[in-house]
Amino acid sequence: MQDSRTPAVSMRNITKTFGTIVANKGVNLDIYRGEILSLLGENGSGKTTLMNMLSGIYFPDEGEISIDGEPVVISSPKDAFDHGIGMIHQHFKLVNVFTAAQNIILGIDQDTENGKKIPGFSKLDVKNASKIIREICELYGFDVDPDQKVYDMSVSQKQTVEIVKVLYKGADILILDEPTAVLTPQETEKLFAVLRNMKAAGKTVVIITHKLHEVEAISDKVAILRKGEYIGTLITKETNAQEMTNMMVGHEVKLNIDRPEPHDVKPRIKVQGLTVRSEDGLLKLDDVSFTANTGEVLGIAGISGCGQKELLEAIAGLQPIEKGEIIYVEDDGRETNLAELSDMEIDAKGVSLAFVPEDRLGMGLVANMDLVDNMMLRSFRRKGSIAGFTDRKTPRALAEKVVDELEVMTPSLETPVRRLSGGNVQKVLVGREIAMDPTVLMSAYAVRGLDINASYTIYDLINQQKERGVAVIFVGEDLDVLLELSDRILVLCGGKVSGIVDGRTADKNEVGLLMTKLGGEAVG
Amino acid sequence: MLSFIVTFIPRAIVQSVPLLLGCIGETLNEKSGSLNLGIPGIMYVGAISGVIGSFLYENSGGTFNPALGVLIPILTCMFGSLIMGLIFCLLTVTLRANQNVTGLAMTTFGVGFGNFFGGSIIKLTGSEVPSITLSITSKAFKTPLPFAGKAGVIGELLLSYSFMTYVAIIIAIVTSYVLNKTRTGLELRAVGENPATADAAGININRYKYFAICIGCMIAGLGGLFYVLDYANGVWSNDAFGDRGWLAIALVIFSIWRPNWAIWESILFGGLYILYLYIPTGTNFAMKEIYKMLPYIVTIIVLIAISLRNKHENQPPEALGLPYFREDR
Repeated sequence: MQDSRTPAVSMRNITKTFGTIVANKGVNLDIYRGEILSLLGENGSGKTTLMNMLSGIYFPDEGEISIDGEPVVISSPKDAFDHGIGMIHQHFKLVNVFTAAQNIILGIDQDTENGKKIPGFSKLDVKNASKIIREICELYGFDVDPDQKVYDMSVSQKQTVEIVKVLYKGADILILDEPTAVLTPQETEKLFAVLRNMKAAGKTVVIITHKLHEVEAISDKVAILRKGEYIGTLITKETNAQEMTNMMVGHEVKLNIDRPEPHDVKPRIKVQGLTVRSEDGLLKLDDVSFTANTGEVLGIAGISGCGQKELLEAIAGLQPIEKGEIIYVEDDGRETNLAELSDMEIDAKGVSLAFVPEDRLGMGLVANMDLVDNMMLRSFRRKGSIAGFTDRKTPRALAEKVVDELEVMTPSLETPVRRLSGGNVQKVLVGREIAMDPTVLMSAYAVRGLDINASYTIYDLINQQKERGVAVIFVGEDLDVLLELSDRILVLCGGKVSGIVDGRTADKNEVGLLMTKLGGEAVG
Repeated sequence: MLSFIVTFIPRAIVQSVPLLLGCIGETLNEKSGSLNLGIPGIMYVGAISGVIGSFLYENSGGTFNPALGVLIPILTCMFGSLIMGLIFCLLTVTLRANQNVTGLAMTTFGVGFGNFFGGSIIKLTGSEVPSITLSITSKAFKTPLPFAGKAGVIGELLLSYSFMTYVAIIIAIVTSYVLNKTRTGLELRAVGENPATADAAGININRYKYFAICIGCMIAGLGGLFYVLDYANGVWSNDAFGDRGWLAIALVIFSIWRPNWAIWESILFGGLYILYLYIPTGTNFAMKEIYKMLPYIVTIIVLIAISLRNKHENQPPEALGLPYFREDR
């Protein structure tokens, strides 16, 4: 695509490696003034790394960057400010015990009013800074209290402070790294409105994302990266979701999910009258009854915080139960009540529950341990190891198998899992759980934060387990996915079951209504 | 009662100065995110460096100039502690070694270094007791304010101290001001709270850490110097400094990282530290030891209290003890 204007930022042949991992390879990218550009790519495709080189966090191994046609060297964040580039990172770069104003003026040694340098030991003029902050807020429609401490702020407020910080420093090229990942839909709308205001004021905006509908909603152009390489730039209006997906993934991806016919269906878990209270006495689950069958995917829908987490944890034996029964039915028809057992006792009975929790690095895996050790967490108590000594061979073989079969991107098996990207972490976790040959597979928000390719890998894995005769319980937040994947959908509302519908015949409206139906009653 | 106050308070204040200087030094270290457990050793090295300077000057044969006699030990003391600070920086900031291990090693090293040179000087003088006395230098250090004697009880309580006491208080106030009111202080605190944020804001992390650690170590070293040449009347004997270095680190927590508060709290600590001398316990040595524990017990109570209240401003710097490397993912 040709453009006669001089790009505001032009990156040529940028290459960056971390040890043996190539994060960016020969990337070329042009960014023009007064435009909103989406940088689209899957997890680990090098979007953030590329932008970090513009903002001075990393330094490219090879390649050139020019601003307005002039070649520049950006070796530190300060250099980036000097060229008017400001980045809003995915993990906010804010000091918690500072106020908004203190965070915003951090690192500026110029008096922004008259451009004169002030010595570091003279008194800070926070009042003047607050005044300028208020002016910026008025101009673009932000809502920031300069004297509020960051630890008192919501996620969306923190993000606003980040944006004001960048504007205060006089940036006219703003880079936002997955800004919507932490926002509610309403907050996202507000953010997009602000971004449009900025574009109208002549600022250049780059937004890093892997969500196609956001690309379509906000950007003028979309640049696509795949596995660290630049694929191309498209004009958003002239493209569509399918084309962008294909470029992003590198091969045809069908955007619908398989749903094999269930066979050999018999009850596996019968939940009757389950009632759970939280530690502070709030009713989290109220008289919940349902049956999960073998060879079937039971989807669980509901507004977040309606008891999904408690339900899965109660079945896994991690949540004290006030009332009710959880009957586990074995192949030969014997029944065990799991409600009276702890997680260790359930395991000792030979009941094989696999649980992929919502909080992957908190409950699922140990962030600082490597792949092998994380595999071992599930197996170290099993037989086969000599008393007191652990067997590392089996978990190592399993880790190799998971990395191989699920295409986990990792430098080595000895890498701490915290260094892997979100999708790869999830693959490791799901891979480990499935390797136990479970009879029940429970997953909570299995594809949250994952890109399209990784999401479909997870759906495939779930379907494979279903065909093996596993009873799958799938808590999801995307109704479209739930409707395509589940055989039956249980809808939770305020801790109660507001309905169980057939996934093949139900429509989105019906489920949506059920999700809010009991809302009033549950509160009252 | 009045006579007790007039004798006890000045003793507590004199006792407090090494603690206060050590505490300011450690606070500067911790505000930059460095938990420097080498402070006791660094204060020890500061003390012996000052002693060496003063010993060489006293025995140089010329006439004793009081101004030089004060200046030389201060300079050698600051030089010795600066070297210790630089070693700590090199190991923990540049080479990113574990701060706790490095600090503890430096404390062990500093005490050994001090005792080695202390012992050498004692041998050089051929003294019969295992100590050296630098009485001329000490007298110069202890010159009181000229008008102190004329102001009665108030003069006795507030004005009777040597100049280094007032210097210590001024350093505490200036440090607090710089930390809380200036751009430099804001940036230093940002480095200790969240280095990645400070880095992204264009602040040179390593430069701030080097400066904060080195200046902090020099201030702490002066505490060691004060102990020998002022408090102990110029008498150096090995291991006499005791556990004051650890007490200084405890004081950082007790003052919840505020050097200006530490002025009062160091006096309280100083008082608690010598309280056993003023409470008649007779020959009951067990009671004495229990009184000696008081400062540490107070510190533990303060730690429990600030943990329970969980107020963000009273917590240690968030990145305390963690190395920072920009490209670590």
